[in-house]
Amino acid sequence: MSIIIHKNTKILVQGFTGKIGSFHAEEMIKYGSNVVGGVTPGKGGMTHLNLPVFNTVKEAVDQTGASTSILFVPPAFAADSAMEAADAGIKTCVAITDGIPSHDMVKIKRYMRRYPKDKKMGLVGPNCAGIISPGKSMLGIMPGHIYKEGKIGIVSRSGTLGYEAAQQLKDLEIGVSTSVGIGGDPINGSSFRDIIEKFENDDETIAVLMIGEIGGPQEVEAGQFAKENMNKPVIAYIAGLTAPKGRVMGHAGAIVSAYGESAIEKVELLKECGVTISKNPSVMGETVKKVLVENNLN
Amino acid sequence: MDIHEYQAKKILSDFGVKIPTGGIVYSPENAENKAREIGGSKWVVKAQVHSGARGKAGGIIICNSPLEVADATDKLLGKKLITKQTGPEGKIINRIYIEEATDIKHELYLGLVFDRSSESIMVVASTEGGMSVEEISKEKPETIIRSKIEVAVGIQQFQAREIAFGLGIESKLISRAANTIIGCYKAFSELDATMVEVNPLVVSHQDEILALDCKMSFDNNAMFRRDEIAELRDKTQENINEVYASDRGMNYVSLDGNIGNIINGAGLAMASMDMIKLAGGEPANFLDVGGGATPEKIVKAFKLISMDTKVKVILVNIFAGINRCDWVAEGIVQALSKIDIKHPLVIRLAGTNVEKGNEILKKSNINYIEASTLEDAANKAVKALG
Repeated sequence: MSIIIHKNTKILVQGFTGKIGSFHAEEMIKYGSNVVGGVTPGKGGMTHLNLPVFNTVKEAVDQTGASTSILFVPPAFAADSAMEAADAGIKTCVAITDGIPSHDMVKIKRYMRRYPKDKKMGLVGPNCAGIISPGKSMLGIMPGHIYKEGKIGIVSRSGTLGYEAAQQLKDLEIGVSTSVGIGGDPINGSSFRDIIEKFENDDETIAVLMIGEIGGPQEVEAGQFAKENMNKPVIAYIAGLTAPKGRVMGHAGAIVSAYGESAIEKVELLKECGVTISKNPSVMGETVKKVLVENNLN
Repeated sequence: MDIHEYQAKKILSDFGVKIPTGGIVYSPENAENKAREIGGSKWVVKAQVHSGARGKAGGIIICNSPLEVADATDKLLGKKLITKQTGPEGKIINRIYIEEATDIKHELYLGLVFDRSSESIMVVASTEGGMSVEEISKEKPETIIRSKIEVAVGIQQFQAREIAFGLGIESKLISRAANTIIGCYKAFSELDATMVEVNPLVVSHQDEILALDCKMSFDNNAMFRRDEIAELRDKTQENINEVYASDRGMNYVSLDGNIGNIINGAGLAMASMDMIKLAGGEPANFLDVGGGATPEKIVKAFKLISMDTKVKVILVNIFAGINRCDWVAEGIVQALSKIDIKHPLVIRLAGTNVEKGNEILKKSNINYIEASTLEDAANKAVKALG
């Protein structure tokens, strides 16, 4: 099995009829994802891309049985849409939207605490590339064809750096079970730790590639989790060796403001946790291959 | 987004935090009058630049007469203040804040930030005001009080009192101190701030609790609903190329090296900078043109890089996803027909339709060095420096 999304996962598109939502919904459908409809308040009853449009997520879930949504709603309204998905019983919501205020992210996460664990939505993103289980389903904005079907789990903050890794793996004829983009914002829905735990519990995945960057505590928290709870090998690359302290490097969350948040410190802390470090971004694929050979997993 | 000290003080005072009497001036005459208007016999003349450590850099002058206030203002206005935080280029002083001098009994530290681990607002306080929070954590870590505030319900009186007692504030001043802390919290949570720092927060000999120096930063992503904050932006305090880039929707950070970068995606941009460093070079900038990397964006990016006089070599690294390499290549050819680039140019394309993209570049008459991998691109860029 892959993680989070599978062949038949029913997908709703929030912000379906907009330009960006339409474009990526079409790409997802072409890839083979099971998109069952979309939500745009006020446009319920319409048909778009031959699929039904609903006014509310609740209505869409009732009528289609969708368990998953992808969100292209503009920043000012994105928090509201994510909370609507959580309330409608969506299990996983991927927020692609870039530019959601941090205060809104905190609000969404507090809102979701009202649901018991088995009813609580998993939020991935925002400001991320989404999720792909190659050959099965794509719930994101990535170029699907660069991912080969296989057994490596990828989790990355950055979109393009995740693509770079997938391409390097493909060039070495190594495939991917699922790739998850968790996004570049300081406060996000799912952490590295949340995702690598899913990979540890997934039969199909044999090793995990974690692509982090400067800023925040999540990479190191994941390293500690791996050390204490994981049997599968973890390989990591951390971007931002040359990033100056106190400056935001593109991603709102990529800023060094405390000890343990620079690339060098993260690399050292991850090594202590037994994580294998890809020493530069050009050898992410090779490093995975080496680890597979060492562990007789190839 | 950062704002000036006087702007932060005005905001905090609107939330009930006491500040010394003061006013902003733009000329020495103006300053002299302002000093008389404020009254008293001692004033502080403070250069308004977006930086801490202004005192040590000569940006804060204590004066004993309105004439001295005028002289000090004259001395500072129009100059560049070079502090530990501004870098060697310094920051221009266009505004001066004149304030009544405060009779200080104790100096304290009070800061509020997002705690990314607990996803709550963290209040950080210390009895060691006047030092930077980094210095306090190194030299007097035992004095630091941290209090996590649950954002759904906000700060409670008892939490503010606990912090105030922890700072050793006298019993009769506890409720004043607590209200100051609550005021700072409200400003943080109601205005989409990402940082509020009052350093020092002082207890005066007149038993007042005053914010003597303040810094505030705000979430750029929230500016769509914060017109009153967005108005406070002072572009003269920012790097000119960074202003050009941010006005055009690009993420750009100016750095000290000489290899200019044009990359799509923040992570890939950081990774490319790292590769340049590993290859023995130094990046001149961080530039993320966005996941799309449309021809228009590529043209703007080349314009931006050509404005940077430090740049000796340009490295383009694009991973085309949804956006195909042939489109990106056409964008590059278009850009170079509009802008005259004299520096060696290294181009690495990867992803969708990479062969077609490289074919287009080869057939054009642009002069460039082709690279295949990230590593190859960085090595070739460093080699091209000569």
